[in-house]
Amino acid sequence: MKWTELVIFVLLFGVVTVLGFLAAKWKAGGTLDHLDEWGLGGRKFGSWVTWFLIGGDIYTAYTFVAVPALMFSSGALGFYALPYTVVLYPIIFLPLLRMWSVSRAHGYVTPADFVRGRYGSSLLALLVAVTGIVATMPYIALQLVGLEAVLRTMGINGSGIVGHLPLLIAFVVLAVYTYQSGLRAPALIAFVKDILVYVVIIVAVIYLPIKLGGWSEIFSSAKEKFDATPAAGDGVLLNANNQLQYATLALGSALALFLYPHSVTGVLASKGRNVIKRNMSALPAYSLLLGLLALLGFVAIAAGVAPITNQATGQPDTNTIIPVLFQNEFSSWFAGIAFAAIGIGALVPAAIMSIAAANLWTRNIYKEYFRKDATPKQEAKQAKLASLVVKFGAVAFILFIDPQFSIDLQLIGGVIILQTLPAVAIALYTRWLHVWGLIAGWFVGMGWGMVLLYSIPSANGKRAHFGGSALALDKLSLFGWHPFAGSTVQIYVGIVALVANLLVAVLVTLIARKLKAFNGMDQTRPDDYHVDDGDKKLRQIGAH
Amino acid sequence: MAPPKKSASGIRWSPWNLLLLVPLLLLITPFFNRSDPEFIGMPFFYWFQLLGVVVGVAATSTVFAMTKDKPTTPPGPGRDVDELDEGATR
Repeated sequence: MKWTELVIFVLLFGVVTVLGFLAAKWKAGGTLDHLDEWGLGGRKFGSWVTWFLIGGDIYTAYTFVAVPALMFSSGALGFYALPYTVVLYPIIFLPLLRMWSVSRAHGYVTPADFVRGRYGSSLLALLVAVTGIVATMPYIALQLVGLEAVLRTMGINGSGIVGHLPLLIAFVVLAVYTYQSGLRAPALIAFVKDILVYVVIIVAVIYLPIKLGGWSEIFSSAKEKFDATPAAGDGVLLNANNQLQYATLALGSALALFLYPHSVTGVLASKGRNVIKRNMSALPAYSLLLGLLALLGFVAIAAGVAPITNQATGQPDTNTIIPVLFQNEFSSWFAGIAFAAIGIGALVPAAIMSIAAANLWTRNIYKEYFRKDATPKQEAKQAKLASLVVKFGAVAFILFIDPQFSIDLQLIGGVIILQTLPAVAIALYTRWLHVWGLIAGWFVGMGWGMVLLYSIPSANGKRAHFGGSALALDKLSLFGWHPFAGSTVQIYVGIVALVANLLVAVLVTLIARKLKAFNGMDQTRPDDYHVDDGDKKLRQIGAH
Repeated sequence: MAPPKKSASGIRWSPWNLLLLVPLLLLITPFFNRSDPEFIGMPFFYWFQLLGVVVGVAATSTVFAMTKDKPTTPPGPGRDVDELDEGATR
């Protein structure tokens, strides 16, 4: 047991717990008994709070451990996280503004609310809501994987249920203050998290390369390692086979990110369009951090880090390389701060994600199918309870199922959330795609994406299915026809499934238009996509 | 009474928005997938993409600065109260 580290970790954890409970009173509106308040923090966060909140949403504990771990094991491919967050903001800049305005004008809380209003189709809204919940659940579980990597490094590496106990305690605490304070809790904690993360990473990327003999030393030991391994896909540079994968993975992840309900929650909680625009310019500060963090994977190679064996599974866990690196190279008090940064980095997104999933459940399933006449107060109550269910569901995932399963599910999550792009993002601009085209496209994209993922074996050959998201073009088949037979070039499955989705959506739209099928009622008006904070006659927050 | 000047599609375009396409060049890997020239020991592949962050920030910041003063809703009377009531917004 590493006592100094543990004491600092527990102290900082205690600080954020207090903040989490105090958050309920922070900039409090008239009541917490409304989803505008509990689920969106009163829709009045300014530029700073939004920056921390969305930053806490995107750059999660899992990112902190998994991106360097991927660099550690695969090399250049893991660096896709950088172009992903660079292309992200320019792509979403304009659509997000429209999303914010139309949601502000109509009081939408979730992306599925928007789809419901845009097409008047509860079926399409249900598909979007279910996709969102299913994609978010494993993402929450992964935050626990990040938290657990830290706990195991600090010596809490028991087997069985006892080994999971600290994780359980941490999550119960989180669940209780999220229940009470809603979105304000992660917003306030995000400040602490980001300050810690910034300090740790800046120190790490300056101090460690100097200590280990500079970047050229680090890159040459990485090159040595990859040259020595038999695997063909790794290396300090990309090769002919994984360049397309690199680009499509970066693009696909960028397109997927703001389709995730928790990212939308962060955006809708902001006060106005300028807050979002300012954030689209300021958020890339994190990208720089993420790029440097990714390079720590190579630093770990140079420092000779060996991953810890997980006592619960008996397998070496590469997700522990960053915690182990910090532990070996830093004094124990600073390692404690670094671990707290990662640990709190798990709590912020886990809280936002559970709130987002709870909002979806409440607005688009409970209110739509179970209690059409639910009052705002009942909605808020239902969402609070749902957030508890979602969190304990995530804990159950980790306790009773191999963590590898959450990682696989997260992979699937990225592919399936992309399938809501036509219904959510394209619909922000046009209603040309017919509601039946969107529904058909969703089924095809989802089905084919699953089939493709199922067909991919893992790189080490240990598992035959769901082994990754990189599909060799050779394997791509359309009813037995192989358009790229013999090609070993790899591509990200999500993009392939999205293209299929769009093609089907267009085809069915053409048919539906020919048949003059009813395309649903649009409740939104062109002006709704441009409303801003301070406009006269804007809908009251917390009204119904 | 409807606001004056309303585009049928509801899309408002500024040429500055085209700047947002520039960072997408980072998706074309053959441009930078090589190790030379190195910078402080980092292969080109890595420092070029880190530099891409700065380009991305410049693009989004410029678009922000150039579009923020424009009113987002056209001047003139707003919407009817009737359209904002509960029935219209569910």
